Amino acid sequence: MDLPEGIEYREFDGEERLATRGEPVYGEPTAEGWRAWDARRSKLGAMYERGMEPGLQNGDRVLYLGAANGTTASHVADVARVVYAVEFAARPMRDLVDVAGTRDALVPLLKDARKPASYGHVVEADLDVLVQDVATRGQARVACANRRFLADDGRLAAVVKARSEDTVRDPEAVFEDALDHLRNEYRVLETKRLDPFHADHLAVVAEPR
Amino acid sequence: MTEGWFAGLAPDDPATRDRIRDGSADEPADWPALAVEDGFVADEDDYYATLHDTATEAARTAATERERADDRQVIHAIRAMDDTERMANELAERVAEWAGSRSDDAGTGVEFCRELAHEDADDPTGERVRSLAGRAVALDDERAALETFLERALPAVAPNLTALAGPTLAARLLSLAGGLKSLARTSSSTVQLLGAEEALFAHLRGTAPSPKHGVIYVHESVRGTRPEKRGSAARALAGKLTIAARIDHYAGDRRPALDDELADRIAQIRSNTEATDGSA
Ligand SMILES: C[S@@+](CC[C@H](N)C(=O)[O-])C[C@H]1O[C@@H](n2cnc3c(N)ncnc32)[C@H](O)[C@@H]1O
Repeated sequence: MDLPEGIEYREFDGEERLATRGEPVYGEPTAEGWRAWDARRSKLGAMYERGMEPGLQNGDRVLYLGAANGTTASHVADVARVVYAVEFAARPMRDLVDVAGTRDALVPLLKDARKPASYGHVVEADLDVLVQDVATRGQARVACANRRFLADDGRLAAVVKARSEDTVRDPEAVFEDALDHLRNEYRVLETKRLDPFHADHLAVVAEPR
Repeated sequence: MTEGWFAGLAPDDPATRDRIRDGSADEPADWPALAVEDGFVADEDDYYATLHDTATEAARTAATERERADDRQVIHAIRAMDDTERMANELAERVAEWAGSRSDDAGTGVEFCRELAHEDADDPTGERVRSLAGRAVALDDERAALETFLERALPAVAPNLTALAGPTLAARLLSLAGGLKSLARTSSSTVQLLGAEEALFAHLRGTAPSPKHGVIYVHESVRGTRPEKRGSAARALAGKLTIAARIDHYAGDRRPALDDELADRIAQIRSNTEATDGSA
């Protein structure tokens, strides 16, 4: 698989690791201006480690749903032209605001991803990539509701956490339902489980239909 | 209507921030291009730079406000914690009395209830005592869970006040004042006496000496100071707590220097060389 410009495997303490170029954020190892991208702490990082193609290119415009304290959003912002980072919890938003202080491309938004109209006046249309990691009930519904921001040739890179939908149901069944729902708005290109990095998470790459 | 967050405004207008927070549009548009067209910014680079700064400021203030609103939740939790504690103790007393009437080696308190709750009862009366003991234990468990909740919630609600007072006392002060905003507006001499209202009224009626401290008595700075200097210690502590509450309410950032200032001041009061009643 070809990694996009700005994302590379680099050596840290004798170990080849996925990396982007930027200020460190969460105590990750750095070398020569590059910072290791920890796949155990980032589902998008794990998608690259598993050989998926989330579609992110250097200079892209990205909407990131569920940015939390910016662990992954900061790596995306190292590569992208602009990252609209939506997070609805106040506590992690404080850290995300600090991360935005070191990255001009990061635009933090304290908003609910289930209500896209509440940021439709800020987030631009025809984006290249929609990354979604909201880890809450209705993950597929959120991806569908935010389809409006994506260009027709844009990409959705989403993760579905089984336990966030239903704590007891068989993850396979939960994933099937989520994919069915996604197919209302997207054509699914690729799916992979993120084990061993993240248990019971299904990663999905899709394009708008 | 579909309008960008910048429509009709200049980049330095503070209303841009409110627009980011409160505005909406059902469908997105090519906002960077529209902003250039409108003359809001010169070019796309300029647009993204302005958006970055405005959105960051909007997110910062909105997050701070949201966390501050959590002071209401904290007040409910500390009151519930006091209720569960009182009820657990009352039930434990009832259990001790009842169990004592049936056996000479019955103990007392919630810990005795914990033992009893695990024993097998051999008759209907014993089963009632055992069950009642279980209720006292459950209430005590709930009290502990509420305490853990407060420990987690308080640092976000009032970081400096919590660092100085600890989560339980910080929550008590918020509860007595009626919220962070009113605590921030309370004078330091009132903070010193919060929770000592009964003693204060007794003093005003002429039936008691003037109280030197309210709930802040439980703080190490006061309790650990010799009785004749406790008044000074309480005044110094109340002064720092008041400053902490004001920073928490108006600024929100953490100022560790406050903790050191308090420690220095208390050490000074406790040292013998110091004049008895310095100003705080
Ligand atoms: C698993 S964490 C995200 C971790 C992050 N993507 C990373 O890799 O660094 C999920 C986040 O989604 C947020 N979230 C959940 N529901 C949301 C919603 N409806 N709108 C916005 N954020 C939401 C949660 O507050 C949480 O911070």
